[in-house]
Amino acid sequence: MADQAAFADQAMEYMPSLYSAALRMTRKPADAEDLVQETYLRAYRGFGGFQEGTNLKAWLYRILTNTFINRYRSQQRRPEETELDDIEDFYLYRRLGGLEAARATRSAEDELLDLFTATEVTDAVEALPEQFRMAVLLADVEGFSYKEIAEILDIPIGTVMSRLHRGRKGLQKRLYDFATQRRLIGGEHGGSDRREEEATTVVEGT
Amino acid sequence: MTGDRARPVGPTDPAAQPECRESLTELYWFLDGELTEERRALIRTHLEACNGCLETYDFEAELRQVVSSCCRERRLPPGLRARVADALRQLGNDR
Repeated sequence: MADQAAFADQAMEYMPSLYSAALRMTRKPADAEDLVQETYLRAYRGFGGFQEGTNLKAWLYRILTNTFINRYRSQQRRPEETELDDIEDFYLYRRLGGLEAARATRSAEDELLDLFTATEVTDAVEALPEQFRMAVLLADVEGFSYKEIAEILDIPIGTVMSRLHRGRKGLQKRLYDFATQRRLIGGEHGGSDRREEEATTVVEGT
Repeated sequence: MTGDRARPVGPTDPAAQPECRESLTELYWFLDGELTEERRALIRTHLEACNGCLETYDFEAELRQVVSSCCRERRLPPGLRARVADALRQLGNDR
């Protein structure tokens, strides 16, 4: 049984990552602060039930996500969920390949950092339907294993993988849409798609 | 002639080689650290030989780093740490 007096010593160091996750979940700084505070209060009360030597960070994230789901989750029910199924794998890479071919510059990943603003990246994450967003945050930002994510979200590992897969595709689609909106990609609109189509047509037509 | 149709963009056509198909199927498991060391070694060997797959891996790994770093808040809002500490102290005193 864990000692509550030890709680602050051990748990406070995770506040920056908990706050980051809270902000991506609630999308509002004030709500994120409240969510973090409530998470710590709940964790403190429940710390007696925490098994020393097990993963404190994962335990705190479990409380964070549960608190979010109970208190702050949006009312809307999974709006774009089915859309995510229609997105092909490696969506962004396949399209940015067209960009690179067009510019004849360095490889795509060299430009990745410059392509998107930090705000566009966080907007793309925050636009994901909630359950996909949480999976992506836990895996890609916090580096939790599938097993840890399954425990944090209380879902089977297969569901973790499926949510991650679809969430990542949705994220890539959104990033690509930002890039086309800003006309970073393609001449008129969506140039790389068209270019690929034309090239295919020409070859097949011969 | 169907075999030599050049793909203008993207990685090696996943349908082209069974090894490519496998390595792309396992890409996220690889990056997520969810493969056995044996599978990782096989994929590494493939990536050394296949530039198309290597570029896809590099891209996805880089994208993840960008996402991760953008989603991390550099600093806590001023006062949050003290506010939480106060709330915890209050809770402790009430007991």
